[in-house]
Amino acid sequence: MDLLTASFQDVSHAVKNKQISAVEVTQFFLSRIEKLDPKLNAFTHINKNALKEAAQIDSAVAQGQETGALSGVVFGIKDMLCTKGMPSTAGSKILQGFIPPYDATVVTKLKNAGAVIIGKLNQDEFAMGSSNETSYYGICKNPWDTNFVPGGSSGGSAAAQAARLTMGTIGTDTGGSIRQPSNFCGIVGIKPTYGRVSRYGIISYASSLDQAGPMVSSVSDAANCLEIICGYDESDSTTVKKTVEPFLKNLNSDLKGLKIGLIKEFMLGQSDPDVEKVFSLALAELKKMGAEPVEVSIPLTEFSVPMYYLISASEASSNLARYDGVKYGYRSEFKDLASVRLEDFYSETRSEGFGSEVKRRIMLGTYCLSSGYFDAYYNKACQVRRLLKNQYTEAFKKCDVLFSPVTTSPAFKIGEKSSDPLKMYFNDIFTTSTNLAGLGGMSVPFGMSSQNLPIGVQLTCAPFEEQKILNVAYALENISPVKGKVPSVY
Amino acid sequence: MIDQKKIMSIAQLARLKMSSDEATYYGEQLAKVLTHFDQISKIDTTNVEPLVNPLEADFFDDTAYRADVEKNNFQPEEMLENAPEKMGNLFKVPPVVG
Repeated sequence: MDLLTASFQDVSHAVKNKQISAVEVTQFFLSRIEKLDPKLNAFTHINKNALKEAAQIDSAVAQGQETGALSGVVFGIKDMLCTKGMPSTAGSKILQGFIPPYDATVVTKLKNAGAVIIGKLNQDEFAMGSSNETSYYGICKNPWDTNFVPGGSSGGSAAAQAARLTMGTIGTDTGGSIRQPSNFCGIVGIKPTYGRVSRYGIISYASSLDQAGPMVSSVSDAANCLEIICGYDESDSTTVKKTVEPFLKNLNSDLKGLKIGLIKEFMLGQSDPDVEKVFSLALAELKKMGAEPVEVSIPLTEFSVPMYYLISASEASSNLARYDGVKYGYRSEFKDLASVRLEDFYSETRSEGFGSEVKRRIMLGTYCLSSGYFDAYYNKACQVRRLLKNQYTEAFKKCDVLFSPVTTSPAFKIGEKSSDPLKMYFNDIFTTSTNLAGLGGMSVPFGMSSQNLPIGVQLTCAPFEEQKILNVAYALENISPVKGKVPSVY
Repeated sequence: MIDQKKIMSIAQLARLKMSSDEATYYGEQLAKVLTHFDQISKIDTTNVEPLVNPLEADFFDDTAYRADVEKNNFQPEEMLENAPEKMGNLFKVPPVVG
């Protein structure tokens, strides 16, 4: 079996039939990490017990026990998710050394399905960034060209998966953090509808926007993983009680009569010519397969970046108030604790523990929520958010899925945008509105830039219609000009 | 530019220590971002109810909650394992009442 190309189903089937052991699979990926990760810095932590945990899967198989649909499938997890007994830092100094006493629900679900967690993946600090450059644990590099960023915030997940250091990874997406790095690294990423996947045990950034999802090598692996991690969780009251469809079994590449919505406001020539070329080619292929393009207008998408930053920074300033140096994580050194003023204790710890992008957003959020500014900023953004959601509802009356580029350009060079926050923020122009309206979104590779960097296309669905975008992605993947292409670090 | 005094009071609310150089830096950056973001003020939102969560779940609806049953998931020792400083089974902190 070629573990570089094998699907989750292939491996799980082979492990259950004892054609390969979970230990062998895990060993294979551990060796790849050892050899290739020094070039990428995708991992923040390797699970020392991975082989032991794999051996438990093998012994369960030997005893004839049911081991689940991901038996022996090796996963890397973004450091935003809590993993029992393994450091979980959210890419921040303030959580250095934090070892959660419990697993996030997503991790529990993967383990219950027989997956082996091989380690934790690098990211922008608290998922605040689009390039992985804000991580306290160092920059992660793009495996297609290590002078370029892998995207963010789930940059480690995208880089590890593209270089096939993992069979699958989990990322989180608050404003594009699954779709954008998937796009920059040439993998498949899906951000589920808000409420699909439990946020229990996921370190909170912006609670009304955060969702976790698979970042993997194929659409069928995405469907397979998604149906495992979805579902109501009594530990997260924002998950919905809805039956989870068998996404994998239902995959269907027949697109005849499917209405593909093209957002007028996204077609204003603001993208790089290479991105436009890939997008047009994919659109032409969709038409050939019988899909019908329909123009829709969602004018408020023009304001999605300010709306997103005002809301996410406000929520973040509140969520990050918990990091105070008392119960876990980093604490500044105080020679004599008894003589320290409580307020200084908090502010020293927080100033040393948070990086500058996180501080910038805490300041922005605190400002927006402070007396006298609340109505003008946070409340106003939430009002516009409702209007935006209404415009999406109208658009989905005319089409089945929305189709657009993921970002205006392919991956950019390390350092190129890090000095100008506004420039970095506008990188999220095509992705943030999906989170604001609580929709599902997906990135699927479909081309290469003139500099040999991957370019994908984005599919967006109405709430809980993930099957539709999975199906379109499946059809595109079958005819993708970049199918089977691998990066230089591989 | 947001003046130093305002920035310092925001930093104090956010429990962030800030030097005057940093305050100048954040004052400039926040002003730049907010000026750019001011464009949303042009949008007419008269009588629009703010959307704070895309699901609009009714968190006061009883069915949104699990049964209120006590669970003993963690031991105090586990909860204290990550403490930067502890004393017995307590978190050690500076004096809270002066």
